[in-house]
Amino acid sequence: MAVSKVTVPVPAPESTPSDGLFTRPTWTTGIASWLTTVDHKRLGLLYIFTSFLFMAAASVEAFLIRLQLAVPNNTLLSPDAYNQMFTMHGVTMVFLAIMPLGIGFANYFVPLQIGARDLAFPRLNALGYWIYAAGGAFLYSSFFLGGAPDAGWFAYSPLTSLSNNPGNGTDFYMIGLLVGGIGTLVTAMNLIVTIVSMRAPGMTMMRVPVFTWMMLVTSFLIIFAFPPLTIALLQVIMDRTFGTLFYVPEAGGMPILWQHLFWIFGHPEVYIIVLPAFGVISEVIPTFSRKPLFGYPVVILSGIFIGFMGFAVWSHHMFTTGLGPVVNTAFALTSFVIGIPTGIKIFNWLGTIWGGKVVFTTSMLYAISFLFTFTLGGITGIMLAVPPFDAQAQDSYFVVAHFHYVMGGGALMAFFAGLYYWFPKMSGKLMDERIGKLGFWFLVPGLHLIFFPQHIAGLMGMPRRTQTYVAGIGLELPNLLSTAGTFVMLIGLILLLVNIVHGVLRGKPAGNDPWDARTLEWSVSSPPPHHNFDHQPVVNDRDALWVQKYPESVHGERVPESASEPYDAAGIHLPGQSWYPLFMGLALLVFSYALLFHNFWVVGISLAMVFFFTYAWALEGVGGHHFPAGRRGAGQHSKEGHA
Amino acid sequence: MHVRRWLQRGLAIAASVPLIAACEFSGPQSALDPAGPVAQAQRDLFVWTLWLSVPVMVGVFGVLLYSVLRFRAKNAEDERAIPHQTHGNFKLEIAWTIIPVILVILVAVPTVRTIFSTEQRVEAGPDDLAVHATGYQWWFKFDYLDHGFTTANELIIPVGTRVVVSLDSADVLHSFWVPNLAGKRDMIPNNDNQVWFVADAPGTYYGQCAELCLGAHAYMRFRVIAMEQPDYDRWIASFQNAAAQPVSADPLVERGRALVAQKGCVACHAIDGYRPGTEVGNPDFPSLTNFGLRTTVGAAIADNTPENLAAWLRDPQAMKPGNYMPTLWRADDPNREDEIEAIVAYLLSLGRDGQASGQLTLGGIHGGQ
Repeated sequence: MAVSKVTVPVPAPESTPSDGLFTRPTWTTGIASWLTTVDHKRLGLLYIFTSFLFMAAASVEAFLIRLQLAVPNNTLLSPDAYNQMFTMHGVTMVFLAIMPLGIGFANYFVPLQIGARDLAFPRLNALGYWIYAAGGAFLYSSFFLGGAPDAGWFAYSPLTSLSNNPGNGTDFYMIGLLVGGIGTLVTAMNLIVTIVSMRAPGMTMMRVPVFTWMMLVTSFLIIFAFPPLTIALLQVIMDRTFGTLFYVPEAGGMPILWQHLFWIFGHPEVYIIVLPAFGVISEVIPTFSRKPLFGYPVVILSGIFIGFMGFAVWSHHMFTTGLGPVVNTAFALTSFVIGIPTGIKIFNWLGTIWGGKVVFTTSMLYAISFLFTFTLGGITGIMLAVPPFDAQAQDSYFVVAHFHYVMGGGALMAFFAGLYYWFPKMSGKLMDERIGKLGFWFLVPGLHLIFFPQHIAGLMGMPRRTQTYVAGIGLELPNLLSTAGTFVMLIGLILLLVNIVHGVLRGKPAGNDPWDARTLEWSVSSPPPHHNFDHQPVVNDRDALWVQKYPESVHGERVPESASEPYDAAGIHLPGQSWYPLFMGLALLVFSYALLFHNFWVVGISLAMVFFFTYAWALEGVGGHHFPAGRRGAGQHSKEGHA
Repeated sequence: MHVRRWLQRGLAIAASVPLIAACEFSGPQSALDPAGPVAQAQRDLFVWTLWLSVPVMVGVFGVLLYSVLRFRAKNAEDERAIPHQTHGNFKLEIAWTIIPVILVILVAVPTVRTIFSTEQRVEAGPDDLAVHATGYQWWFKFDYLDHGFTTANELIIPVGTRVVVSLDSADVLHSFWVPNLAGKRDMIPNNDNQVWFVADAPGTYYGQCAELCLGAHAYMRFRVIAMEQPDYDRWIASFQNAAAQPVSADPLVERGRALVAQKGCVACHAIDGYRPGTEVGNPDFPSLTNFGLRTTVGAAIADNTPENLAAWLRDPQAMKPGNYMPTLWRADDPNREDEIEAIVAYLLSLGRDGQASGQLTLGGIHGGQ
């Protein structure tokens, strides 16, 4: 299987002259090296860093929301300010924080897990990042340019029509998501091509690490889920910009159409966030139980099944819109069905822990808390899939509690497990386990203190998205507890940040494989060299590294010695960097503002810029240089690396 | 000695938890405190799923807790030990596929039954009360289809009668939600919707808009007041008599009647029988007909007392930020308090001069408050 022998037809080992406007840059340090990087590891770090920035902003918004709701009839935030806060909190967490965090990990670790040199299209990868960064900056600039979006993260029509919402907050939302979606799409395509065609020799699909598998499923979800959203966004942009009437009720528009289009995207989006988290958990639990994932094929298949079913449940977000008993029955049943593979996954994770040697690292603590919290969120999910009960719970704080259990306590805690797990690989240093565990014991209990009482508040009749509530109907205590929880969780978040900074500055050297882990990313140095693998790894089994280290534990005998093969005599080709991804991102940013301010000359100019940069990108040439690695026996594949 | 005392206290507290929980979860806006068959069926399904979740939680959390404790690495050497590398177990996979399937079937059967018993569209028959509810930013309009009159923010219904509410919106999305009586149903422009329910006992049930509608969304409240049939009949009669509003003997009331025209109130607000032969108001604004019979002001955000009504007229934005009611007096207007007093007297007299005056028995607030 010669899938990923890096054989680029470049004659000379050193950099080639460029055909484009610029020679492809070759900085290795400094800001310019980051602005022009096409290295998946650097881009992964940029994704993770940026998503933490946005998460910090979303945390401030959440904190203000909870302060406002601490007591009834509070006046800290005006209704308008409150609407902007929860809208931006939701938009940020979904589009700018949790989803990019998963994509960031994928950027960094998918190539390393499958033994590849980089993603298939390094510049496209950089483009995805710069569009994400530009889209996030664009959305946040709304606070300084007339007010942030305020119609909720699902922006139901006709609240977004020009007559109902004349400010340009809604335009920021629509245009920001439209342009940002391009970045997500190209990244998804890149991941699919990479995973399908660049796996190491011997790595059959049934040997691919689960995180990578889940990213493959996720990438397909992105490709099928984003187009309906794009259509809906374009319709509203056209309504607001050119006076079309898709969603104008006075002219016979159908606001309910937006809900269908949004949730055909929106429910798969839930799995776009959660499946990578499942993948992280499926790496962390086996490593710290020192056992292979229990029921690997079942876990993979249930992930695929969840991905498929994710497109068949969207109307469970619309049980109260009056679709009728037949439709509600159909979508209730599909939603129940999606609970089955989710349950199966949880059972298999438990089966992985069972009979293992559980190492209580901070990462494993977060993974265990994920199992606990996600199970609770799954149970309330089944409850909400019951349409008659949903009629009470829909749009109440019960729903708020539910999706924070699955998104916050589920996906985000899984990514924190992933952060503690992979931090040594990314930085070469260990995070402090004592600070980590201390932070955990604030963060997760704080999270439950915030969100558990919200189930009660919802059942007691508190609708979501209200900046105040009536005193005397039993809502004071759950809200006060919830607000108290934010302080507890905040301490945990601060300790997490402290630990990251401490780890980067003072962390002890991690070595290649601090956790005695199972997959290929742990076979290279920490942080990995620019070219990833000195040798092309050859995979003979699932858990490729573990089998190399402890073949007798799996086979009872040693497997053949050859665990890697040399690259071409020319060495490993490392492409030059490129300015064009950044320039394209900036051109799309100009396009976004021009469309927002209805300056169609600038719209035209910015589109011409995009076209020009695409052209120049194509003619830029290969550039780069060859790393003279590949002699048999010279790499980090020796067992000493794990000692 | 100490231990036993603490144990006794602990048991006493533990035993009182269900009691505390039971009264804490009751209330005029609680979905766990149903006062009619629809809300009851919805609550029963919730309780059923809650019971089913108990074995799931016990099983999953029990196994989780047991396995992380039982199989924990006890020391550094243990952390390097290699346990048996099991890859899976086919029988177990089958078993834990079947278990959730069974659980899901146990949820699905009563779910489908309840969907068809509570969400089926119905035609309002002669024994039903048919109401058309329209959501506006940020109040509810109720048209009594069989009686031909309109009121706002308080839906008066007879006990034990099926109330069939057709739902519409005049602007953005709203949602009609009275947790004690029925789960919510959205009010969507260009989209006929319906909700129906029955109140089993007289009482006042709180409702609230449950779909973001910006501005004063948090204050978009309403009430459903269920009355015994005789009270309800008197209430209906008072609306049918509203067309023949008598001139009051109280000069303050008559001054108020003049002022609601001078200050422009009746440009928006309808008042049936304002003056014989004069129709006032605009159907897209809350009707003030028989306002004296209302229990609340400002779309159910404050009790309808003279003080609250005066405060509302003085500064509507202070009571309900974002609403469309204009402030009618400048703060330094010397006539402000006099005029407010007169308008309050007039508005509170509406509906109270006729037969219904003082005879209506309003049910107490549901949940004993």
